This record gives sequence, C-alpha cells and structure tokens, in this order.
Amino acid sequence: MFFLSIRFFNLFIAAMLLALATGCATGPNANPADPLEPMNRAVYKFNDAVDSAVLKPVATGYKAVVPSPIRTGVSNFFSNLGDVWSMVNHVLQFEFANAGKTAARLGINTFLGLGGVLDIATDAGIEAPKADLGQTLGKWGVPSGPYVMLPLLGPSSVRDGVGTITATYHDPVNRVSDNATRNVLTATRVVDVRTRLLGATDAVDEIALDKYTFIRDVYLKRRQNQISPQKPSDKAAEDDIDYSAEDAPKTTQDQAAPKLPAIPSLPSLPGLK
Amino acid sequence: MNTKRYFLVAVLGAITSLSSTVWAQAVIEAPDALVKRLAVEVTEAVKADKTLAAGDIAKVATLIDTKVIPFVNFQRMTASSVGPAWRSATPEQQKRLQEEFKMLLIRTYAGAVKEIRDQTVTVKPLKAAPEDVNVIVRSEVRGKGEPIQLDYRVGKVQDGANSVWKIYDINILGVWLVETYRGQFAQEINANGVDGLIKLLTERNKGVKK
Repeated sequence: MFFLSIRFFNLFIAAMLLALATGCATGPNANPADPLEPMNRAVYKFNDAVDSAVLKPVATGYKAVVPSPIRTGVSNFFSNLGDVWSMVNHVLQFEFANAGKTAARLGINTFLGLGGVLDIATDAGIEAPKADLGQTLGKWGVPSGPYVMLPLLGPSSVRDGVGTITATYHDPVNRVSDNATRNVLTATRVVDVRTRLLGATDAVDEIALDKYTFIRDVYLKRRQNQISPQKPSDKAAEDDIDYSAEDAPKTTQDQAAPKLPAIPSLPSLPGLK
Repeated sequence: MNTKRYFLVAVLGAITSLSSTVWAQAVIEAPDALVKRLAVEVTEAVKADKTLAAGDIAKVATLIDTKVIPFVNFQRMTASSVGPAWRSATPEQQKRLQEEFKMLLIRTYAGAVKEIRDQTVTVKPLKAAPEDVNVIVRSEVRGKGEPIQLDYRVGKVQDGANSVWKIYDINILGVWLVETYRGQFAQEINANGVDGLIKLLTERNKGVKK
C-alpha cells in the first residue's frame, strides 16, 4: 500500500518535472536562476508547514528520547544502504578510486559492522564522498534546468529531481517485499534525515533574512561545487570584489556580468581514444 | 649548588621562551597558520565550557570578540556583503551595517559552535605566491560522518607599519558566506533601501522574525 503511494508520488513528481522541462510557466521579474519562483514559493510554503507540524516535532522528540549511540547506528545503517547507489554513480562518473573505496566500505560495514550499524570503514580511514545521479548527469554535461522546490523532498532542479526519482527505484529499502518492514524503514529513514538536519535548519532560521532565497542560493552553489569543484588554486577568485576598496564598483551596472560556470565535458575514458 | 643551577636553568628557559613569543609576534603570521591557530583556540575554548558549547549568545559574543574579531577584516566583509550599495551608504549607515552584521555573524557562529564535539581541523598546505595579497586557506573538519570543507579568504592589510593577514570570507561546503549574504541583502536593499536593510537586521538580531 505504502509502496503504491510512493510510486504514485514519484509519478506525480515525474509529471511535474516533465511539464517544467517542456513548457515553463515563467513568472514576472523572474530571477534567471529561478524562473519558477512563484510556484516554488508556494510549494516551499507547503513543505514548511508540513515540516513544522509533523517532521520537526517528531525529529526533535526522537533526538530527545533516543540515545546518541543508537541514533548514530541508525544513521550508519542508512548511510551504508546509500553507499550502494553512491558506488553505482561513482562508476558512472568514471571515479573508479571512489567506487573502489565505496565498495570496500560496503563490504566491511555490511559484514563486519553488523549490517552497516557500525561504521568500521571510516574508523579504518576508508572514506569516499557520496555521489548521486543528478551529480553524475551534471558531470556528463546535462544542464541542471530550472531550480525546483519539490513537494516534501525539498530543493532540487529538473535534472536532480530526475536523479532523485530514479534513485528511489534502485533503493534497497523500496526492494523490501514485506510492507510493514518497508514502511518502518522508510519512516525511520525520514526521521533520521530530519534529525541530522536539525542543527542546520535551526541555523537557517537564525541567519536567513528570506529562508526561501537563502535555501535556494545555498543549494545551487553547493550543487555547482559538487559537480565542478572550485579549482585548487589558492588565489582568491575574481568573483570576490572588495567593496570597501576605493575603486569598488558603485552600482550593479558597473560590475562585469556574472560568469557562468563552464559546463564540464564528458571525461575521456582511459584507454578509449 | 645543584638546586641553584636548576633555578638558573629554569630562569634562562623562561627568558628564552618569553623572547621567542615576542619574536613570534614580530614576524608576520602566515595565513594558514592563522587559520589553524584560530580553529584550535575556538574548539579548545568550546570544549572547556559547557554553556559556550550550548550556544549561549553572550558567551559566544565574548569569545568571538576576544579571539576571532581581531583577525577578521570586518569592514571588508560587511562592505562586500552589502555590495555596490555600500559605496553610496553614508558613514553612519556603514557603521550601523557593520554593527548589525557583526551581530548576525555572532548568531551564525553560535549555531556552529553548538555542533562542535570531537571534531579535528586539518589545514591544508597553502599554495600561494609570496606576492599574493588575497589567498584562500583550505581546511577540513573531521568528525563523525563525511568531512566538512571549510575554506577561508584571507587578505593582507596594513596595520600601522606592519602588514597582517585578516580573514574576510568563509566557505562552508562550497558556499561562500559573503556571496550568500550579498544575495540576501540585495533583495532587501532593492525593496526598501539601505535603511530598510538596517531595520530588518536590527529586528532579526533582536529575535523578531517575519
């Protein structure tokens, strides 16, 4: 039953993304990075309401009641499951070293770490960043498309949203055939994710002037950095203007047009030339 | 005889260590050394004080004022967050903006301080030419879970006769703080002007939320 509803939810999101990718309803005074702002804001308002009514209170209660070592075990367990999809994406990105490390992590944590509850691999110094399909597509040169605030799932883009939906079909939790077990796993995972985000969301509440644009700007920057990390040059970049200096531009018109990030080309396969 | 000699050695040792700290202060502290020292000092302070670790705003403010602010180019940070409007703001407005921005940063910091547990900070070796005046210092915070990328923009500023390195931007997980604030501030400046921004920041810092 719950599985059906997840399927339905995915179809709904897929239809939404398709509609967005084909004929975009653009609002007036649109921000080039966020042409769907009016709709996104409405979805954000809905998400925020659901969060403050249900998710945040549940997560806060979970954090208060469940001792920290158990919560860490739960996080480790889901993180280990996530490593399966992460490994697939490292391979798709031709990041074979990271794929190998993730495979080793999976093996060690699953068999020696009680099914992933203990993160022995990290203690042993075997670490790899997480990879997802949106990131893979980005590295292949697929543009992100407009920023989209997905219902319940939060900030995304057309490209990353497609990645998220695809991931749910390959997710080990959704492959569990017993309904009750699967529902418990899904619910626990949601609570785990929200609990780990409590610190971050409290910080956003404190420091953002407009939470919607704050989350959007941070999401877009962070994704850009995950897909094409800043070059390891340690000189401060050109985008950094010292407005306290005498020769700083006085109006936005004086500034040079913002540089768009270069779209990375498909990495060449070793041995395939 | 022996005790006297030990005493002399101790005195001598004290004098040498004293003069070496004086010497260390006279030599300009490299940007990566500065970041490393601040990171260690702040984490040590937080680990030693429970109320600080809980994010007590007054305590965090004192910590920042004493340990961090002397090594932050605050004017540059505020100016760049406000963006082009900074140049046309009156000195009075600039002063108010700096005050409110500082408070906002302290609140940001208080949130981060709450997350400090048993993490360690590794500062990566600096790759910069000797003539560079603006450099990026890269570091990594390691604790449970994935390491967190934490970079700093550090610029050389004249402080009287000496030049010193001061931090003017922080990057958390690929997101520059000043750039993010510039977006937030621009929105308010476009709608209600610099005074509107000052008013909004003041309200926020007093805990009034929209």
